Amino acid sequence: MANEVILLDFWPSPFGMRVRIALAEKGVKYEYRDEDLRNKSPLLLQMNPIHKKIPVLIHNGRPVCESLVAVQYVDEAWNDKSPLLPSDPYQRAQARFWADFVDKKIYDIGKKTWATKGEELEAAKKEFIDALKLLEVELGNKPYFGGETIGYVDVVLIPFYCWFYAYETCGNFSIEPECPVLIAWAKRCMQKESISESLPDQQKVYEFVLMMRKNLGIE
Amino acid sequence: MSKGGDVVLLDFWASPFCMRVQIALSEKGVSYEARQEDLFGGKSELLLKSNPIYQKVPVFLHNGKPLCESTVIVGYIDETWTSPPLLPPCPYGRAQARFWADYIDKKLFDAVRDVVLSKGEATEAAKKELIEILKVLEGGLGERDFFGGKAFGFADIIAIPSTCWFLAAGKLGNFQVEAEFPKISGWIKRCMHKESVAKIIPDPEKIYEFVLMMRKMQGIDQ
Repeated sequence: MANEVILLDFWPSPFGMRVRIALAEKGVKYEYRDEDLRNKSPLLLQMNPIHKKIPVLIHNGRPVCESLVAVQYVDEAWNDKSPLLPSDPYQRAQARFWADFVDKKIYDIGKKTWATKGEELEAAKKEFIDALKLLEVELGNKPYFGGETIGYVDVVLIPFYCWFYAYETCGNFSIEPECPVLIAWAKRCMQKESISESLPDQQKVYEFVLMMRKNLGIE
Repeated sequence: MSKGGDVVLLDFWASPFCMRVQIALSEKGVSYEARQEDLFGGKSELLLKSNPIYQKVPVFLHNGKPLCESTVIVGYIDETWTSPPLLPPCPYGRAQARFWADYIDKKLFDAVRDVVLSKGEATEAAKKELIEILKVLEGGLGERDFFGGKAFGFADIIAIPSTCWFLAAGKLGNFQVEAEFPKISGWIKRCMHKESVAKIIPDPEKIYEFVLMMRKMQGIDQ
């Protein structure tokens, strides 16, 4: 059976990047389609009627929605190489816990670093650094969250790295002095083609954020 | 039977998140010790030490090793005690189950809680939100017996505990959950026929009394 894989995505979306990385790690050929989120395609609305969001992975005509669900699906459907989740159930559970932590914390708090001002901004910056520090403790002295090789948590977290420049510039703070271990991890990840090819340039992301700030009326 | 190991659950009787874990353990026939936490008086040292990030129940300890977040715990239980399986064998079926579990986990209980711990206009708004979510679930269930298809599974376990809070939501929101959503009603009855579910889910009237107590405590009612 022909393996037809389509990814409905939006270039700056960290959630979309996760699926791009997973597909690249598995060497899967796919068709990338960039959505205009102000004018969503009929295919997107048909394939994700509940959330109407990207990313949507469409495999042989069947949709998989929600980035964490899609990454796990890619891991299981192409299980012949580069396993993203460990084989031990306890370690798998830990990986899922930390992926859930990233989902609960990084995007929403990160957004506050460019979308708020004053006291709200200061609180968000502190919360953001605190969350990254917890991730640093989890990483420990492993090269990757997955151990010697890229794993599930690495795939889930690394997309936000291309947003750090936008967070830092808008929020007027610097991440590396507070979280050197995490930044070293991120740079190590960016050496991998599956990641560097899946993430847009941080300057482009910053310009996108400036446009969003304008649209939201944030000066 | 326990896979040669010590299984402890830090629990709270009214928490749907804790109920998920108990149902999963029951499905697998695993013996465990459930320790009630006093969430209002003072959380135990074990809880605070085992879940420093969120400091919440449930916390699951297998041979002393802690796991937090109910959907993560249920997944671990499924992978450690493999019979009967809670997820289908094929990747697409598993993705569908995880999608529904994710939707339910993110939306359902929060909406119920917003209805029961509010008043006036806030309750009306929360009720509208809950009804929208129930419509999605009604559609998602379709003609299937369970969210997992023919068999009770992962997504059903994630969903069923919140339903014992529906009586309270109905009374305080002034609407009838089960009357307006026949497919969900049918699904609830089918789940409650299962011993693993029936013996864990508390009486909705007791949940309603608990909610009234919380409303008083939070100053919502006098």
